[in-house]
Amino acid sequence: MQSVEHIVEIDSLIKQYPVGGGLRAKQVLRAVDGVSLSIRKGETLGLVGESGCGKSTTGQLAARLIPLTSGEIKYKGRDITQLRARESKAVRREIQYVFQDPYTSLNPRHTLGTLLEEPLVIHGIGERRERKYKVHEMLERIGLNSAYSAHYAHELSGGQRQRIGIARALMLEPEFLILDEPVSALDVSVQSQILNLLKDLQSQYDLTYLFISHDLNVVHYMSDRVAVMYLGKVVELTDVDTLYASPLHPYTQALISAIPTGTGEVKRERIILQGELPNPLEIQGGCSFQSRCPYAYDRCSREVPALTHGGEGHLVRCHLHS
Amino acid sequence: MNSKINLTLWLGVVLVSILLIIMIVGLFYVPYGVNDMNITDRLKAPGSAHLLGTDNFGRDILSRVMEGARTAFAVGFVAVSIGVIGGFIIGSLAGYVGRWVDEVLMRAIDALMAFPGILLALILVAIYKPSLFQTMIAIGVLSIPTFARIIRSGFLQYKEAEFVKAAKGLGASHARLIVTHIFPNILSSIIVAASLSFSTAILIEAALSYLGLGVQPPDPSWGRMLNESQSYISKAPWYTLAPGIFITLTVLGFNLLGDGIRDLRDRRK
Repeated sequence: MQSVEHIVEIDSLIKQYPVGGGLRAKQVLRAVDGVSLSIRKGETLGLVGESGCGKSTTGQLAARLIPLTSGEIKYKGRDITQLRARESKAVRREIQYVFQDPYTSLNPRHTLGTLLEEPLVIHGIGERRERKYKVHEMLERIGLNSAYSAHYAHELSGGQRQRIGIARALMLEPEFLILDEPVSALDVSVQSQILNLLKDLQSQYDLTYLFISHDLNVVHYMSDRVAVMYLGKVVELTDVDTLYASPLHPYTQALISAIPTGTGEVKRERIILQGELPNPLEIQGGCSFQSRCPYAYDRCSREVPALTHGGEGHLVRCHLHS
Repeated sequence: MNSKINLTLWLGVVLVSILLIIMIVGLFYVPYGVNDMNITDRLKAPGSAHLLGTDNFGRDILSRVMEGARTAFAVGFVAVSIGVIGGFIIGSLAGYVGRWVDEVLMRAIDALMAFPGILLALILVAIYKPSLFQTMIAIGVLSIPTFARIIRSGFLQYKEAEFVKAAKGLGASHARLIVTHIFPNILSSIIVAASLSFSTAILIEAALSYLGLGVQPPDPSWGRMLNESQSYISKAPWYTLAPGIFITLTVLGFNLLGDGIRDLRDRRK
């Protein structure tokens, strides 16, 4: 495993939120419950799961937009969770985050030029003229005219805005980009343009992506490896082809079976999950998926399954495969 | 819709501009000396010599109203400045830092707000000797809660905004987040509140001076003119009407201006 170079190593990441309070007994919601991920340099690791499973929280923790409860995030072999202000700023330059919603993540009162220049200003890069030049260069690079620098975000379409969001993250020439549902807020017709742009940029600048999405088709298209999350835990992790061809975890199997198939393909049997996503506060012991799992048996309610090898480089968290 | 919004704003702008011009002219020229008495011209009705008539000492009312405008604007300006600065410090700390800082500061603001405004002003003025300066400070302190609350809620709203988070992710400092990302977005609500507070400040100043606890002679004040005129209200109604109308127009002007700016902002949204 150590033969490949890991740019990011996340270990036992936990994020808890206190719930309730006052006179009621304080409960703790574990939004992210011991997530461990390693991301290789230059690859795209997809992170999928339904809403509320903690995938975005994991991304925000990795970008250190929110404080973590416990765990370790190593970037290039160094733990970045306990850095001093100056070191922290230096690391922020290399790890950038692209937000899901380009409508809310761009300050409505700033021109696009100002927005794109800001990362450079914050990090004290270049003279004013040099910065302007870089902004224009980047605008051209992402497929917008440099004249756009005088415009405001609300004058753009969704796709153009997301291009700006990506451009802003790239201004600092980062190595690792966390893409939080970057195309979910966009029309399907625009999605593919943005995805292709992301792929182009990745090969051009040798970027590493953590690609967060609930859209399995998009993840399939973008990722080299995929991690599936369910209620704060990674339940399956393997390379993209294996995952889509022979998923091991019952949850992943259900997800994959729900992807609409194109005509001409053999019709798959759809596995329809019973019930809603359980309230994460009410989970008793055992496997968190037991309430919806078609194969659950007595062991699942007694023991929390561990993440084990279900094949070459294929991790799965299920008693059926341990 | 549009024309109505513009009308409010324009009426406000016009009224405030006229009053500002009268005040500025008053700085350089008044028809008669403010304290020049003329016993033979006592309580003269408005006419060509005295446009707004004279008072019980034969002083020219127009000149006194013009001088009073200066006091009113000075009180409004200083009081609102104190309110905005104090409110910004308290509101931004409470909103940005949050947790116990927020709790402590907002309970203090609640306590301040629990007092009826005029009563608190009376207390503050009564502790010290009433004067123009005391009045300004008292009214300014009184308006701090309004601004503190508006600024706090603005900070709460924008602190968690994605674009602020995005800037944080880029490595922006706290000062940068506040000055370039949060503040510009709440500036318009501060301007609206400032405009409305300006008229409140002028009204409280007039009320305090009317009660004899505000601006003291020889500083001229519309409120004190009202007080001095009330014995002559049936004999010389113009004496009461002149400062009364100016107070009304000023308050109306700043209220319209504030509402107009707010409507303009809401429409943009």
